[in-house]
Formats: sequence, C-alpha cells, structure tokens
Amino acid sequence: MTTLLEMRDITKEFPGVKALDRVNLSVATGEIHAICGENGAGKSTLMKVLSGVYPAGSYDGEIHYDGALAQFRTLNDSESRGIVIIHQELALIPQLSIAENIFLGNERARNGVIDWAETFRRTEELLAKVGLKDPPGTIVETIGVGKQQLVEIAKALSKNVKLLILDEPTAALQENDSRKLLDLMKELKSQGVTCIIISHKLNEVRYVADTVTVIRDGTTVSRLDAAAGLSENRIVRDMVGRDMSHRYPERHPAPGAVAMQVSGWNVWHPDQNRRVIRDISFSVRAGEVVGIAGLMGSGRTELAMSIFGRSWGRNISGEVQIDGAPRDLSTVSKAIDAGLAYVTEDRKQLGLVLEESIRFNNTLANLGEVSRAGVLNEAEETAVAERYRKAMATRTPTVMQAVGNLSGGNQQKVVLAKWLFTGPKVLLLDEPTRGIDVGAKYEIYTIINDLATQGKAVVMISSEMPELLGMCDRIYVMNEGAFVGELIASEANQERIMSLIVTE
Amino acid sequence: MTMQSTGTVSNGGALKAYLKSHMRDYGLLVALIAIMLFFQIVTAGTLMRPVNITNLFLQNSYIIIMALGMLIVIVSGNIDLSVGSVMGFIGALAAVLIVEYHLPVPVTIVIALVLGMVIGAAQGYWVAYWKIPSFIVTLAGMLVFRGASLWLLNGQSVGPFPMSFQMLSTGFVPDIFPTGLTNAAGALFGERNLNLLCMALGVIASVAIVWTGLKGRAREARYGTVSEPANVFWLRTLVVIGALLFLCYKLATFRGLPNVLISMAVLTLIYAFVTQNTVIGRRIYALGGNAKAAKLSGIKTERLTFLAFVNMGFLAALAGLIFAARLNTATPKGGYGLELDVIAAVFIGGASASGGTGKVIGAVVGAFIMGVMNNGMSIMGIGIDYQQMIKGLVLLSAVIFDVYNKRKQG
Repeated sequence: MTTLLEMRDITKEFPGVKALDRVNLSVATGEIHAICGENGAGKSTLMKVLSGVYPAGSYDGEIHYDGALAQFRTLNDSESRGIVIIHQELALIPQLSIAENIFLGNERARNGVIDWAETFRRTEELLAKVGLKDPPGTIVETIGVGKQQLVEIAKALSKNVKLLILDEPTAALQENDSRKLLDLMKELKSQGVTCIIISHKLNEVRYVADTVTVIRDGTTVSRLDAAAGLSENRIVRDMVGRDMSHRYPERHPAPGAVAMQVSGWNVWHPDQNRRVIRDISFSVRAGEVVGIAGLMGSGRTELAMSIFGRSWGRNISGEVQIDGAPRDLSTVSKAIDAGLAYVTEDRKQLGLVLEESIRFNNTLANLGEVSRAGVLNEAEETAVAERYRKAMATRTPTVMQAVGNLSGGNQQKVVLAKWLFTGPKVLLLDEPTRGIDVGAKYEIYTIINDLATQGKAVVMISSEMPELLGMCDRIYVMNEGAFVGELIASEANQERIMSLIVTE
Repeated sequence: MTMQSTGTVSNGGALKAYLKSHMRDYGLLVALIAIMLFFQIVTAGTLMRPVNITNLFLQNSYIIIMALGMLIVIVSGNIDLSVGSVMGFIGALAAVLIVEYHLPVPVTIVIALVLGMVIGAAQGYWVAYWKIPSFIVTLAGMLVFRGASLWLLNGQSVGPFPMSFQMLSTGFVPDIFPTGLTNAAGALFGERNLNLLCMALGVIASVAIVWTGLKGRAREARYGTVSEPANVFWLRTLVVIGALLFLCYKLATFRGLPNVLISMAVLTLIYAFVTQNTVIGRRIYALGGNAKAAKLSGIKTERLTFLAFVNMGFLAALAGLIFAARLNTATPKGGYGLELDVIAAVFIGGASASGGTGKVIGAVVGAFIMGVMNNGMSIMGIGIDYQQMIKGLVLLSAVIFDVYNKRKQG
C-alpha cells in the first residue's frame, strides 16, 4: 500500500499560541483515515495547513502528497491537485439549484455562456454516484441537511477528488442519514477515493476508519490501526489524557437551597422541523457551580438561551422555578427581573456594543438603576463602572474606553460586570473563558468562585473539560439535545465525561 | 455631549492625539465656519446680511426638524425614504382641511400631527415586527404618499392660508422691551433698531452653554474621566458662543427671532437631551450598535424601532405644516426629493450608515452646511445643475473623511 499523504513535523504558531507542535499524519492511498481530538486540539488548523488556507511558508514542516513535496499557496492550489475539504458548515448557496451549486466556480460553459444540457447531464451522473435521486434543478434549501451533505460530496467528485476531507460530516445529521453517509464513504473508498474524516463520534469512527490518528493540544498522540482492533476507551484516553496543567483557585463549596429548577424543558429549532432540546431537567443551588459538558453543537447554548427569555427556538415547553416558585421567563426583561443573567458565548456578537464605552456597556442591562424618570445619571453610571473596574481589576485607562479596544479577558470582565449589575440570583455562563489567555482565565475563575461564595447560583457551560472539572461541584453531561449523565465533582473525570458523550 | 471615548489630559502629544481622535467632531464645526466664511467673501457679504440669515433659518427649518427624527432612525440602524413625500402629503392635507373644509387651524394642526404619527406607525410596524428592510418599506411609502398628495390636491395648488397658519413659519417673536429702549440700543450700534429680546436670549443661552459645559467637566473630573483638554474646551466654547451672539445680533437688527427658529431650537435641545441623557436614547444607540446584544440585555428592540418611525412621522408632519405655511400654498409636488437632503444632512453630520453612531448636534450642523451651500450658491447665481453636483460631492467627501479617519485609527 502506498502513502498518498505524509505530513511531517507540522508546526503552526499564531501570535502567543502554538496551535500545532510537530504533528505527523500519514494517510495511505485508498483508506479511510479518522482524526480524533477534543475541540481546540488542532484538527481544523491541521486541515487548513493541508489545504493551503495557511499558505506554504506560514508553517514549519513538510507535506508530501502524491509522491511530491507539496507547497500549496491557496485553496485552489490544493483543489487542483485533488484535495477537497467539506466543512462542518456547508458551503452551498441555498437559493441555487443542485446543479448550479455543484459547478459553482467551475461552470460548464462556452465563452461564458453556460451549457445547461452538459451541466445537468454531468450532475445526474454525479448524483447517481452519491445515491441522490433528486432532479438536478432542485433548489438546495428545499432538501434536508443530509441530502445537502451528499450534494457537497458530489461537488467534490466533480473536481476529480483524490483526497476527500470531511470535517464533522454527521454533526447535523439524523441517525439513518449518518449511516447512509458513512456507507457512501465506504463506497467511494472502493472506487479509489481516499478519505479523511474528522469526528467526535467514536462508534462512527469504528464503523468506517481503517486508521485513526489522535491529536491533543496540537500534537500527535497516537496512531491506531483498525486491523489491530479499535478500542473506544483507548481513543478517549488519548483524546483527553493531558495533565491538569491549568490551575484553578481553591473552592470551599457551601450549597444552599435550590435557586433554579428547570423541568421537562423542550425546544424546537426556530426554522427547521426538529427538536433541539429534549426533556431536560436540572437544578442549581445557591452557592453552587454546576457545569454543563458537551461537544459543540450538543445544544448547550440553545438550552441556556431558550431559558433566558426564550431568546432561541420555538415551541418551548417546560417549567422554570426560581427560589421554589414558578416564574414567567417569556421575555428577556422578565428573565432579568426574575434574577437570571446570561453571559453569552460570543461576547463580540451578542454581549457587547463594541464601539461604546465600558460605562455604556456596564449599565446597559439595568438602566433603571442609574436613571430617574427615564433620565440617566451619568455620574452614577461612572461610579458603577468604576466600582466594577476596581472589583474585577479590569485593565483600562478609564471607564470611557471603547470596549472594542480591550483585550478578550477584559472584555469578558465587562460582560460579567454588566450582568452582575442586574443583581442576578442565577448566572448562566456560556463559555466564560473562550479565547482569553491563561492569566485572565484564572482571574475569571476567581470571580466565579467569589460569586458562588456570595450565594449566587452559577451554571457554567464549557467545551474545556478540565475547566469544568476544576470549577464545578456537579457536572451535567449533554449530548444531542439531552442530558446523558450527571456526575458529582469527586467522581467526575475526563474519561467518564467523554465516554458518556461518545457512547450515546 | 460627553461621549468621547479616548484620551487623557495635558501635554502637547496628548493634545495632538486627542484632536486626531476627535477630528470628526471639531472638523464639522470648522467646516461649517469655513463654508460660511467662503460664501461670505464670494457673495460680497450678502450671505450674512440679517435678512439672508433670517431666510437661511426659514429655508432650512423643515430640513432640520426632519433631520432630528432621521438621526434617530439612522442611529437605530434604519432609513426613512418617505419623509419628503409624507411632508408634502401632510401639507396638502392641511391645505385641503383649512382652505376647502374651513376647519380651524388648531384642529387641523392636531389632525395633521396625529396622522403623521399614524403614517410613521404604519411603516414602522412592518420594519419592526416583520423585519422588512426599512429601505423597501419606506420606498413604498414614498411612492404611496407622492401619489396621495396628487390625489388629495387633484393635481392643483391649494392656498392661500389664513394668517394664523402662516405664523407657524413666517412669524416673529414680538419684542417684550419698549420701542424707545430698542431704538436707543440700536443707535448704540449704528442701527435703526435692536431687538433686545433676541439679544437677551442669546446672552442667556451663552451663559447656559458655559455653565453646563463647566458643570459637565467638573463631574468628569470627579471620576477622572475628563477627555477634552481645557484649552480645547474653552476654544470650542468661545467659538460657539461667538457665533451664537453674532447670529443673534444679526437677527436683532432685522425683525428679531423667527417663530420657527424658536421651535427648531427647542426641538433640537429636546432631542439632544433625549438621545444623550435618557434611558430611551441610550437604548437606541445600543440597538443600532449591536441589536442582538441589546435584545439579550432586555431591550425591546422591536418596539424601539417602531417608536423611531412613529417619531419620524410626527416630525415629518410638523415639517409639512411649516413648509406649507412658508410657501403659503400646498403644491402637488411639495417635498419631492427632500428626503435626500435630510438623509445627506445626517450623514454629513457624522452618523454611520450601519447605525449606532451619530449625534443630534451633528445632524443639525450637517443640515446647516447643506443649507448654507444651497443659499450661498443661489446668491452666486450658480445653476441648479452645478449645485446638485457640488452637494453630491460634499456628501461623498464627508463620508470618505469619516471612513478614512476610522481606518487610520483602527
């Protein structure tokens, strides 16, 4: 068996971060090769290096492809050599037809005039290969996600693909669609197409993969051969088995009464006909930090946002009790009044008004507190902003600084300050330390601990398992819109969480 | 007006940096003064003749009144293309009600203003609750109300209005001081008469400007957030007061304060206060700056958008009444194209097309820049063809200047 792709000692640095550290990947011709790793392990970065998104020269190491040293400068370079990536978020244009999408950028045309007969004939051939029976003129947005995925693959085939890379291809698919897709991969393999699949779902990896490479913290941890038998336990251990290199401030938990109880929570997708949150019930006590673990796309953010003033989804059903009494949380302002605060995952898009000052943002969710008869008291606002600046040690010359100019960690402090100023009983923190450096993380952890000590109930959503293990008293494990387990801190570890997720 | 974002006080480097980061705010004022001086020279002093200054205010009053509403609409992240037509329609309606149906003037005014709000609500509803782009909804509104004016007036001009209605625009505030005194004061300056009420109000306003400015600085100083260096503050304040007193003097030597100037000034103060100092104003900026974040902060973004359009409809109706009163007749094509002048004024005044930034004072100064250019070029006898081209280029330059500044800082 010959080697189609050999990536040797790939190192890729971003300012301040080493995303990849001498990663090795070797893919044989005609095999299905799985790459496994946690969120942020470096899988996507590795694929961007391979496909030329990060051009040759911007990383260290060598790529040998199809018997020659490859130095791709753009995505087009790698595509012309037969490497095609299909991303998690599909790159189809919803309003165009299947045929138009497949030949987008590669139109069957003569002198700029599209040859529709040829386009449709070729499309039919390609669709037959992927087992899709819809007519080529079908508008893409009218077919389901599973079929759209097949259109993407047909599009890849139209480019004479040699190496097909699928990034989390089944993340948005239902069970039987997933199975169809995996079977198609096997079919393509028999036709000589080499595949790389990036996936969290180990049952699927076991089903299709010939070889598995596990990546953790930007390095290759292991290379496992299916012929020798793949053990999910082994893969899980390799995926998460890092030392607890982060440090967490010490906690002395003293949980009080139940502050928030959610029961029978169900939520439907706002514009697709599927249930995203399924029968979730959970509780959090005053002074307690509760974690929600789960992969991206498992529905954690959707859960939090649907509770917080129905900011996401439709057909929401279920009950929320705050301090033992059922509360109406149907709008954001009612949720705030009931004592809820939601610190968004995406602080730039959803949390802050970037061009405005710290002071502006700090008081935004509770303007009633700094105004009389609708007239703002700017002096009081300044005092409030100053108080939180000192309490959180936000690094800024003045509170009139535009938040867009602050670092990620300081921005996060402003978002936290904004919500603390609403006087919440329950804080929903969605990825509170995403994209901020280690030192700032520690400061955020300290703030969270202080809040719990003051008797606030904290629900913390995070993709970083060590963070949940280091911070939480209890951890709920979420997968595909449902809670699949609950662990108390003393008996939780990364392997147990990961296996709850992947064995679902 | 203490929305400045960066900078500290003292030393030359900091001063330079401060001015650089606030180029837009001061640039606007400097541009207005420069344009006025330019036309003053090329029209051989005609521009600043008392009668012409009075005219300037009368000519631009309805633009400025609508610019106040348009600023809010644009800051909230929308646009309203229908205001010119709505203005024309309301003027036509007032004419028909007063001249043909002989309704009393006050009743007509109330009906007109309420109808303006209803029109704003009808458009705002689709924008706010159905998320239809405001460009489309108000483009439709523009066509509808153009047609409605024609229909209402049967394609004919309707007028004239009774005196009491004309006073809305062309009236002057009577002087409260005895004639002997005003004549004596006039003689002091070598004039026939001097409207002392006008001068007194000018002086009171100047004192108020200095007082609020100092109070604001003192408050900032207490929290260490003073951003404007003292010398810049005083220079700016002196320029503003100087211009104000100069204008008051000019007006005082003619017929005193036009009624419409008073309503314009009062409205400007109210809207400046509402946008800068109230909860609802703050929420409008948050809505335009980041609608999603605003919504997740408990702000009822739909209702706010809706109200912005209701307010716009109200001000367009008010402008329509003043416009009709000034022309003393309603014409089927009244208000054609004026929405573009209003929008241009707001953008020249520093508002961003993507929402979230822009100030009332900026929009008013922007409207004056446009107004002075219109007036100055007309006095010079420049044809409407060149006028339009020049105005277009000025608008483009103002926005390019904005974007260039932002890039240099970013």
